[in-house]
Amino acid sequence: MMCHLKYSQYNERSILIEWPAFIDKNIGEDVLFFKNKIENSSIKDIVEVICSYNSILVIYASTIENINSAFLDLKSLYLDTSKVQIKNCNTIRIPVCYDDEFSTDLKNYSIEKKLSKSEIITLHTAPIYTVFFIGFLPGFLYLGGLNSQLHLDRKTTPNLNVKKGSVAIGGNQTGIYPQDSPGGWHIIGNSPLELFNPKTNPPCYIKAGDKVKFYAISKSEYLEFQAEIKNASFNIQSLFVND
Amino acid sequence: MHRSIFNLFLSMIKVLKSGFFSTIQDQGRFGYRNFGVPVSGVMDKYASDFANQILGNEKKSAVLEMTMIGAKLQFLVPTIIAITGGDMNPKINGESVDMYKSIMVSSNAVLSLGYAKSGFRTYVAVKGGFLTDMVLGSRSMLKVITEPFKISDDDILPIAETVELEGTKNAKIRYKDAYLRANSIEVTKGPEFNKLTQQQQDLVLNQNFTVSKYNNRMAYQLLPLVKNNLESILTAPVLPGTVQLTPAGQLIVLMRDSQTTGGYPRVLQLTENAITILGQKTTGSSILIQLKT
Repeated sequence: MMCHLKYSQYNERSILIEWPAFIDKNIGEDVLFFKNKIENSSIKDIVEVICSYNSILVIYASTIENINSAFLDLKSLYLDTSKVQIKNCNTIRIPVCYDDEFSTDLKNYSIEKKLSKSEIITLHTAPIYTVFFIGFLPGFLYLGGLNSQLHLDRKTTPNLNVKKGSVAIGGNQTGIYPQDSPGGWHIIGNSPLELFNPKTNPPCYIKAGDKVKFYAISKSEYLEFQAEIKNASFNIQSLFVND
Repeated sequence: MHRSIFNLFLSMIKVLKSGFFSTIQDQGRFGYRNFGVPVSGVMDKYASDFANQILGNEKKSAVLEMTMIGAKLQFLVPTIIAITGGDMNPKINGESVDMYKSIMVSSNAVLSLGYAKSGFRTYVAVKGGFLTDMVLGSRSMLKVITEPFKISDDDILPIAETVELEGTKNAKIRYKDAYLRANSIEVTKGPEFNKLTQQQQDLVLNQNFTVSKYNNRMAYQLLPLVKNNLESILTAPVLPGTVQLTPAGQLIVLMRDSQTTGGYPRVLQLTENAITILGQKTTGSSILIQLKT
């Protein structure tokens, strides 16, 4: 897919590239595709490329001297179809316990959505979600693919302390809180996985472009995961789906 | 072998008092924003760079950043230091010392810094730099990323071993401290600036604002409120210096520890120099926001 993109200077050392403002699978994949191209390009001086649902921020090592030529380099790279996409994306299964103990907002959510708990779990675990980007908190995944039947506006009053691992729905998005944090999404479960660990490099085993799939686990399975993670006998590779 | 172990134990600074909020910072943590990791780094790049420069350090050497009230430090080895940024009335063993110059410090000397008389943040650099833990390519302290995330009383801070104790030749560079008194900052238009009405644009540009009590390394809020009817945006990248406008009308200037993405309209963007100037302001400071021409 080729889009008409908007290029603008963001600050002395960065350029913002924008797609139409939608959470859309095609746009998201085009963003990731272009990001990958920029990261693997020979354009000099680029140090970081950050993306979101519909934009890319290209950060340069030093002040951009000639903004128009920098725009041109990026534009011609976007149009260059000779570059082959480098595929190294994983699909990761994420265990979620939807028990009442963890799903503190599930009751209200179930009433508002007129869906039973098991219907919610079925709808939430069915899709393969795309990780469009990571932001907000270290390790917070922005996922695309939530079933529209599960969309529900954020809570009017945010919860001041959402527990680490909480799996939640906010508007048309679903995500996992990688650490304790304030948050306004409806909490429907909890995952025992450590999504962010600054002592490892990279600090997240999930990256933009990867796919994730939730699956329901019992409380006792949750505790087993937790124990394995704590004593470091847990192997994350066991949750990677081999294509 | 003996020598290195000896020095391992001795090349240190003991924190007698940590001050109000002190952290070790360097140029920042690059390459991890895609994982949602803030870039961090010194709030006042000019002060930090200057301090490292007078000591002949690399630019990326880590320094101690102190906020509002300075620390009291005991040097367990002789070294050379430089103090820059805001004036916290630095004293060594009770005697006032110059800022913006290299200072030889003997073993067991005690450096004490007080309340910031000018500016809001003060830097202490040591010859060769502070050597606290490197996490994801940076020593910059930050909650969730580093442990500890700030300096506390009785901490021991490792520093580089100083081989030569000769003072650096007093290079002819003068600290241009006028920015500490600057009352205006330059901005460019942010991606959502044009969504503001002409009247709202006039309310954010070339206007005086006051720094609210909500100011820290993550963000500075400015007053008064700017009434607006902007819709939130699809979560998008932000940078230090990005000015967000909330539905409640708060202007939030993101600083070094800011999140990597945000959903509020990005109406303005501070220049690098403007971030440095604002980082030296505190609650109640007045600041004019000017469009860069």
